[in-house]
Amino acid sequence: MRVRVEQTPLPGIGVRHDLVTTSGRTVGVVSHRNGRRDLVLYDVDDPDSCLASIPLTDDEAEALADVLGASLMLGQLAGLRQQAAGLLTEQIALPAGSPFVGRRLGDTRARTRTSASIVAVLRDREVIPSPGPTFQFEANDVVVAVGTRDGLDGVTAILAGDTDG
Amino acid sequence: MHASTVLLIEIGALLFGLGMLGRVGRRFGLSPIPLYLLAGLFFGHGGLVPLSASEDFIAIGAQIGVILLLVMLGLEYSADELVGNLRSAAPAGVLDMLLNALPGALFAILLGWDLKAALVLAGITWVSSSGVIAKVLGDLGRLGNRETPVILSVLVIEDLAMAFYLPIATAVLAGVGLLGGLSTLGVAVVTVVAVLVVAIRYGGPISRFMSVKDPEALLLSVLGLTLFVSGVAAELKVSEAVGAFLVGIALSGPVAHHATEMLSPLRDLFAAVFFVFFGLSTDPADMPPVLLPALGLAVLTMLTKVATGYLAARRVGIALPGRLRAGLALTPRGEFSVVIAGLAVASGVQPKLAPLATAYVLITVVSGPMLARLPDYAWFKNLVRRRMAAQRTTGKPLPSVE
Repeated sequence: MRVRVEQTPLPGIGVRHDLVTTSGRTVGVVSHRNGRRDLVLYDVDDPDSCLASIPLTDDEAEALADVLGASLMLGQLAGLRQQAAGLLTEQIALPAGSPFVGRRLGDTRARTRTSASIVAVLRDREVIPSPGPTFQFEANDVVVAVGTRDGLDGVTAILAGDTDG
Repeated sequence: MHASTVLLIEIGALLFGLGMLGRVGRRFGLSPIPLYLLAGLFFGHGGLVPLSASEDFIAIGAQIGVILLLVMLGLEYSADELVGNLRSAAPAGVLDMLLNALPGALFAILLGWDLKAALVLAGITWVSSSGVIAKVLGDLGRLGNRETPVILSVLVIEDLAMAFYLPIATAVLAGVGLLGGLSTLGVAVVTVVAVLVVAIRYGGPISRFMSVKDPEALLLSVLGLTLFVSGVAAELKVSEAVGAFLVGIALSGPVAHHATEMLSPLRDLFAAVFFVFFGLSTDPADMPPVLLPALGLAVLTMLTKVATGYLAARRVGIALPGRLRAGLALTPRGEFSVVIAGLAVASGVQPKLAPLATAYVLITVVSGPMLARLPDYAWFKNLVRRRMAAQRTTGKPLPSVE
């Protein structure tokens, strides 16, 4: 799958690269001659104009490229960092067919069975920190869990309903 | 007091005053150009505080200011960009010339002025201000907009056209006859084309000749080369401004980038002096009678600029809001118009031209950036949207009722 990136020269200023996403939105980057970059988002109603033009420093552009380029720094997202060796943080999406949609966190008995902890739940771009055992899951929730590799794989399996509870 | 002491005091007070004015202007989002012109009017002949001791210094500073304005303009473009743009944007450029230069010329004839003055006024109303417009586009966050390349290419063509217009104007104003004018034009065309060809083919080696590593040497060599070439160009009656512009185009790559950084403060200093100088050479008492004609001319040529931008944007498939943005953004006239008027003043053509040009530039450079903001207001967007919806419904043939 190739994405078409269009390049437009801006005489006297620099160059603009833009692309149209599958969802129909246009995003672009204006690269100034002096090294400055602007991230631009186009208006849906008026696709010729940009809704926002966000100046990015070199470091910010690099960080954004990193995030977009899949090496997602999950630890910082949930306010956590991988501290001890061997302890991992992972984002696990609740599968659509999960038996725990609509049920409580306590029902998973995840910590007892895998010794990995569910430390947060991401719902509608919001972070719900340290959910208690009575916390009720909903479809499309994303669970942030901390544990060993085996423990995290266990939690993934439990949420998917692959192990009999 | 010693003459040089008076000079120091005058120049010092003037520059400090300009600095304060610039600060006030920036607070209101105003370009400093109109403020500098007003300051010049305030000081000059017939003004409140005549500057006598520093007149010569300001005159030379103004000349250097024009040269620096033009060399920086040339540095912004590479020769490839200029030539590449020429092919795609030539129709827009021709349209721009017809729609904006002709009203100026006709207006001058209507006022009963001679053909020389008409040629000058045509130039004044033709060229938009690249500096002011680039700044406005940046401030409004429109650099990413789809119509921005259209605006920029109109500016590029105008600036390139000036490389041919200025020598012609210089020759005509100097009073050389038809034959002399043609030979000057020939020299100018050959020079401009030769520099473009050399810059495209050998821009790299020429630029490599000047080392980027030693900033001081680079500053001196670029400034020296520019002044030298400008002088030679003036000697050939090609106009020093064009010489400087061509030096800017010939330099490219890192040399151009570093030279831009180093010359910017110098340009800011001397360009300010240039605008003050232009104001100085106008007697404020001459202003009131030309205010009304200037206003009329401003309204007329701002409308034609809007039409220019509208049509140029339509040509590349921009929608209605973008066409209006392109048109309104192009309205400010600035440094080039003042440069052209300066030429005319120096040669003593039509005494009313300088006050008219001052008033004209003041009006367009203040109201232009404000007009450019119009399309961002909600009521304007709604108006345009309703207009577009109306067009869509009337544009479609109604289904016939049997």
